[in-house]
Amino acid sequence: MNVVDRRRNPQGKSMANRQRFLRRAKDQVRQAVSEAVSRRKVSDINSSDEKVTVRAKGVGEPSFALGRDGDREYVLPGNKKYASGDHIPRPEDGDGSGGGSQASDQGGGEDEFLFTLTREEFLQVFFDDLELPDLVRKTLAETKSSQPARAGYSVSGTPSSLNVVRTMRNSLARRIALDRPRRDEVERLRAELEAAKEAGDPDRIAEVRERLEAAARKSRAVPFIDPVDVRYNRFERVPKPQTRAVMFCLMDVSGSMSEFRKDLAKRFFMLLHLFLETRYEHVAVVFIRHTEVAQEVDEDTFFRSRETGGTVVSTALEEMLTVQKARFPTSDWNLYVAQASDGDNFGNDSEYCVSLLETRILPIVQHYAYIEVREGGEGLRASFDSDLWRHYGAVAERQKNFAARKVTAPTEIFGVFRDLFSKSNARAGA
Amino acid sequence: MPLLYEGADWDFGTLKRVYDAMGEIALGELGLDIYPNQIEVITAEQMLDAYASNGLPLMYRHWSYGKHFAQNEALYRKGYQGLAYEIVINSDPCISYIMEENTMTMQTLVIAHACYGHNHFFKNNHMFKEWTDAEGLLDYLGFARDYVSKCEERYGLDAVERILDAGHALSAQGVNRYARRPKPSLAEERRRQDARLQHEQESFNPLWSTVPTGRKGTKGAKAAEEEAIRARLNLPEENLLYFLEKNAPKLRDWEREILRIIRLISQYFYPMKQTKLMNEGCATFVHYEIMTRLHERSMISDGHFLEFLHSHTNVIYQPGYDSRHYSGINPYALGYAMMADIKRVCTEPTDEDRAWLPEIAGNGDPYGTLRTAWAEFRDESFILQYLTPKVIRDFRLFAVSDERVEPELAVSAIHDDEGYRRIRRSLARHYELARREPDIQVSDADLLGDRRLILTHTVHDGITLNRSTAEKVLGHVRDLWGFPVRLTEVDARTGTPLGIIEARAA
Repeated sequence: MNVVDRRRNPQGKSMANRQRFLRRAKDQVRQAVSEAVSRRKVSDINSSDEKVTVRAKGVGEPSFALGRDGDREYVLPGNKKYASGDHIPRPEDGDGSGGGSQASDQGGGEDEFLFTLTREEFLQVFFDDLELPDLVRKTLAETKSSQPARAGYSVSGTPSSLNVVRTMRNSLARRIALDRPRRDEVERLRAELEAAKEAGDPDRIAEVRERLEAAARKSRAVPFIDPVDVRYNRFERVPKPQTRAVMFCLMDVSGSMSEFRKDLAKRFFMLLHLFLETRYEHVAVVFIRHTEVAQEVDEDTFFRSRETGGTVVSTALEEMLTVQKARFPTSDWNLYVAQASDGDNFGNDSEYCVSLLETRILPIVQHYAYIEVREGGEGLRASFDSDLWRHYGAVAERQKNFAARKVTAPTEIFGVFRDLFSKSNARAGA
Repeated sequence: MPLLYEGADWDFGTLKRVYDAMGEIALGELGLDIYPNQIEVITAEQMLDAYASNGLPLMYRHWSYGKHFAQNEALYRKGYQGLAYEIVINSDPCISYIMEENTMTMQTLVIAHACYGHNHFFKNNHMFKEWTDAEGLLDYLGFARDYVSKCEERYGLDAVERILDAGHALSAQGVNRYARRPKPSLAEERRRQDARLQHEQESFNPLWSTVPTGRKGTKGAKAAEEEAIRARLNLPEENLLYFLEKNAPKLRDWEREILRIIRLISQYFYPMKQTKLMNEGCATFVHYEIMTRLHERSMISDGHFLEFLHSHTNVIYQPGYDSRHYSGINPYALGYAMMADIKRVCTEPTDEDRAWLPEIAGNGDPYGTLRTAWAEFRDESFILQYLTPKVIRDFRLFAVSDERVEPELAVSAIHDDEGYRRIRRSLARHYELARREPDIQVSDADLLGDRRLILTHTVHDGITLNRSTAEKVLGHVRDLWGFPVRLTEVDARTGTPLGIIEARAA
């Protein structure tokens, strides 16, 4: 007999099958991710696994199976009360008739079942919707990276991280403190011994020999390098991004923002959040909604509630500056702003916005991304430039850290971040 | 005798010691005859892997295996479903997978069950001898996996998936029931595949595609030609996959090869399906005998023996038909009970036994008798031959007849003198594969006309096909055949057609 230990064999043999299955169930999976996106909080996008229910359609495995009609005879165990010739009312669904129903179940059973998408798979589908370039996917999906950094010395470690200088310094100090005879001292005694032997002075010989022996004893007792001397370099894993960032989400919530537009905006905010998460240890999110007045709200209110009123974009910018000044000083925080709107603005407000942006906001923020959300089928209106768009377009040409884009589908969102991502890649390369 | 082991932990040395100790009992006293064993220790995740691909250690890739994995994993993680303690592969050497989580007693049980019980059955039962090739199995699975993945690279995932889906839908109809299938070795498999490719390359001639095909004139000639075609196609043919592999006009060579792979793997499971009850009964009987003797000789402690009995009784528990846990007759329970009863009949027969089984009652050789039974029978014939009134009484079996014309079900037999034979006959029919799986044959292919493929389902006892799945499967058949497909259902006794099913998209 042969016993083979297979426990160390490569794990995840079924990964390839799983990928094929996800491919097969693609529509259902996408649907589930879509639902999850609208359910999750902006900052949860990266968090955990997602349970997905897949209905049998498309993933059924049909085979020829016998139906439930016809004449049968079942043999069942555990008879307690029947005698032959007894009659039993027919069970309603036919299931109670036991053995025979099994065969016919095989084709049509298993209506739906649950399985869990891992974080990676979830993000993959999310990115698919946004049509992110591969390189960007990789940066975003990466888990928090860390690197080893020196962190002093330790008394244990691997030989390869032995710190020789520290070790020898300890050794020397100990040898001096414990009065270990130095090598030249021993040499000198030896020379003296020789000299005494030559001189033929027995007392002197005895004296020197005794001193020599004492020195040898001491050398043995106090080793040259003792385990207590040994020091190793110590390393700690230090998470790379050490800084903090705050992300301001600005959105127009006036009546014209439909659910579809809000969903687009939400994906836009999520993507920015994902990006910030990879680069910063702490990412704070501030939601500011506006009609003709702006206010800071929590996330639920931000996406769910609907307000009526006019639209004055500058109020949101001012509110953002107020919040920033109160809680997020530029010395401690990197600032990112993401603004979503349908482009409506009141009167001459757009000009005021531009001046606010150029004089006060853009100088202090890392990046300002603006999307103008529209439904795809708006035809004429889609090509029509809104007042806000005309002004912002001009800013985008003048300012490097400002990006603006019109978006009618999730796939178009990525464009506003293109600069941001390419910049981060360039910086990572440098 | 000293204890073989103490405590719950196991290690490789102990496994070996236990295996050897059991060998003396199994080979010497029970007279078993086994393939060499190979025990492989795996983790729970690897066990789930093996579950997903029909319990085979190597398998080509397909989404359905990913689906089963996800299903099983979800059930397992939530604790709704435990994992099997072992999986055993009918190969030479016989490979048994055991889980690292098992206690030493469980490992002992598993080794007795799989390495001696199942192993003996695989090596000696005539169904396995005739239908499977233990030596070549692992090589063939390896070949199949590599071939499929090569096809995926060359022709794309979708094209391969299409063929696999269709093949899987027909796998139950991809079995030779009568003729012995040829046994190609791995080398032959490769050679055949190369030859096929080479023939294609050598005989390729674009001129052929420009030759106009002539039309035969008279009606009589046409009929004769049809007859000739039918003869050439070997119709009727019950092995649908074989027929499509050989005759489907539009399939490419690699597609035929994949159908062949599915067909051969399906053939591997054919004897398994027909001997489930006996196979499990044999293994359970063997482990019980071995464990009991080990305990009698004080080679395992009382505590460990109780642990074993706990697992054993769980395995052979048969809930009643009205229990919440009832899901058909437990093959472990019935198989074990019948075999234990054969032992009793051989050694301590009653008058009833002498009347029912005169040829073995009191012959004093229980293990020889059982070895014959294990070798010569399959579930259906085993029940017909050996189901004793005592087992029927112990299980309190009763037969219920369900005729559609009657408003109510009727109890047709219970465990009494009048009922034994009827129950035995009826139960044996349950295990008859031909009754459990629809009897479908290729009956005609109109090669001179619109090339419509005609399948016939022979309907027994008025049990017709489940229409919605049949339509989907026919969609797959149409996919493979490349032309329209129709299935007619014909009553077995009267020959009257009962219905027509046409293909529908899956």
